[in-house]
Amino acid sequence: MKTSFASALSGAITALTFAFSAVAQDLPDALVIGTEGAYPPFNFTESDGNVAGFEIDLGNAMCAHIKVECTWVTQDWDGIIPGLQAKKYDAIIASLYITDERRKVISFSDKYYNVPSRFVVATDSTLDISADGLSGAIVGTQRATSFERYLTAEMPDVEVRLYGTMDEAYLDLASGRVDAVLGDVVALQDGFLGTPEGAGFELRGPEFTNPEYFGYGAGVAVRQDDQAIADAFSEAIKALRDNGTYQEISQKWFGLDVYGS
Amino acid sequence: MPDFQGYGWLLLDGLVLTLGVAIASMLGALALGLLAALGKLFAPRAGKVLIEVYTTFVRGVPELVLLLLIYYGLPTLVQNTAAKAGYDLSLSINPFVAGIGTLTVIYAAFACEVFRAAYLALPPGQREAAYALGLNPVITFRKVELPQMMRYALPGLGNVWMVLVKATALISIIQLPELMRNADIAARSTRQPFTFFFAACLLYLAITAISMLGQARLERWAARGTTEARS
Amino acid sequence: MDFILANLPRFLEGAWMTIQLALFSCSCGLLMALPIALARLSRKRLLSSAATGYVFFFRGTPLLAQIFLIYYGSGQFRHELGALGLWTFFRDPWFCALLSLTLNTAAYSSEILRGAIQAIPKGEIEAAKALGLNRYLLLRLVILPRAIRIGWPAYTNEVVYQIQATSLVSIITIMDITGVARTVGARDFTFFEAFGLAALLYLILVYGFIFLAGRIEKRLGAHLIRPAAVNKPKLAGNIR
Repeated sequence: MKTSFASALSGAITALTFAFSAVAQDLPDALVIGTEGAYPPFNFTESDGNVAGFEIDLGNAMCAHIKVECTWVTQDWDGIIPGLQAKKYDAIIASLYITDERRKVISFSDKYYNVPSRFVVATDSTLDISADGLSGAIVGTQRATSFERYLTAEMPDVEVRLYGTMDEAYLDLASGRVDAVLGDVVALQDGFLGTPEGAGFELRGPEFTNPEYFGYGAGVAVRQDDQAIADAFSEAIKALRDNGTYQEISQKWFGLDVYGS
Repeated sequence: MPDFQGYGWLLLDGLVLTLGVAIASMLGALALGLLAALGKLFAPRAGKVLIEVYTTFVRGVPELVLLLLIYYGLPTLVQNTAAKAGYDLSLSINPFVAGIGTLTVIYAAFACEVFRAAYLALPPGQREAAYALGLNPVITFRKVELPQMMRYALPGLGNVWMVLVKATALISIIQLPELMRNADIAARSTRQPFTFFFAACLLYLAITAISMLGQARLERWAARGTTEARS
Repeated sequence: MDFILANLPRFLEGAWMTIQLALFSCSCGLLMALPIALARLSRKRLLSSAATGYVFFFRGTPLLAQIFLIYYGSGQFRHELGALGLWTFFRDPWFCALLSLTLNTAAYSSEILRGAIQAIPKGEIEAAKALGLNRYLLLRLVILPRAIRIGWPAYTNEVVYQIQATSLVSIITIMDITGVARTVGARDFTFFEAFGLAALLYLILVYGFIFLAGRIEKRLGAHLIRPAAVNKPKLAGNIR
């Protein structure tokens, strides 16, 4: 009893020390967060030039929790990781999926959402969603994303069209230039299918979740030296889920919980 | 009136930034270009070669590629080489600086060629006469050659300005909120690409029209006393 | 380096795409440039205004805006175009790219041609007219040959510009050199290598062309002619 109490006490003291040291480790007072600003409803740019979206609300809530002042900057998708490395900003909250590939160059927090990916096609299209069914079809998606990696690796007979943003892919899907678009279901639903241009289109085919391409959900990305910041965000995500703030924000934007499994 | 859905002001903001970037880059390009032209004409062999390499490179590579090279490539190059050497160096170039810098460097090369051609188009008698009168090369250039050069250089420089103004649109690719980028944001958000890109085109045309009027005035003033062919 | 070895095939495919785009747009553009230039110089107000308006629009707006206008803009009018049976053309990014590049270069080339025609010494035209040449012969025998000689250096510049302008079509999903560079660079952040290689390829294309153009210029004897953007004043006793 005494031994286990002593060991429990020393364990608790050690844990507290670690906790304190984690907090005491320099979390800066202010962080600049980079986002894309072109991926509704997760992050997009409003007419006054400010960014808004699920990730902006969640990001602000996380920052409030870890008591850091956060400002947002936009960066186009191609340069989003190099921008982090060049210290243009200190974290990325831009639907960046946690993949082993990316882990080689940057660090991630725990995931803050995980939604599967699917194809969206015209309702009257006869395409069958499979490597053979899509052979010869034109599929659009965003450059430098997991979606691109998946298409080029798993569906080599597809003619892939790469765009700088998903919005451009939606425009071309709506006008019939591409036969299908691969993206994550929530962005497709709210960013395209829910809009007037999305009438006459539907999600089709299986949901894709292979971690090899699509990773383990979206996480907050930081430079490899800044694991402490990533951990702080992970802790914030957990706390926000525990106290219901996360679910509130998720409901507000999607009407459902996007945390996923 | 087409429905801009509130994005109209964004276009005008973009216009202001476009003009700012264009003017800053043009001034830089004129200064650098004149220097380069002088170098090409009068510098020792090594200098000439260096300037030649510079103009050759910059005039041979598309603006978009140069812009992307400077904006994306330089930071990664600096970081990778520094990392290999063991240093943790990071270079962050903001779009504004990258844009003006790239445009200045590119169009200085074109301006250099314009200045050089203008100088070579001068009757050599002018220079000889100036020397005969005892004027030194610097004063000759400033008071005799440069004013006459401007007559030949103006069309070329006017052209450089026009091309430069339009090249500012490329900086939209690296997210500078100038006119083209804002039109793009508006177009994508409202799903009305034609409306917004056409509106942006009209704004560019306005800049062009004013520039053309200005250039025509300048050219007429500079070319007074000459005749041209008409078919 | 490994980068070059691993990606060269893709880049070369992109280079071929670039060459095709430049070749087609320049040839079609040049064909369009002559009527436009003549229309601009014509005394018929309708023709010259229409041509001037065309040239003004395509020289006064950025190529990027024109490409977006044609590519994304046509998407906005998909149904109207479909009704006219034109949608199959506009649907293809290749067509949109060629159309934008051609319309653009036609405007610039026509200006070069116009400037060259206007730079022809008035005396030559007057002499030809005095000899009784009609408009067509005047054009064929006097104006065009002279204008081509005068305008060749400037046109060379225009072709060089076109080769570089093709880089913009990478934005509408065409895999030219720049498109390949952006995709490859974004994959593993090898931006400097990718854009560096792209720059090198463009340099080869551009200077390869300039070399050929220089050969042609020598054949035309154009090196005898000064850059004649503006007529030089005739100084008395001036021997050139």
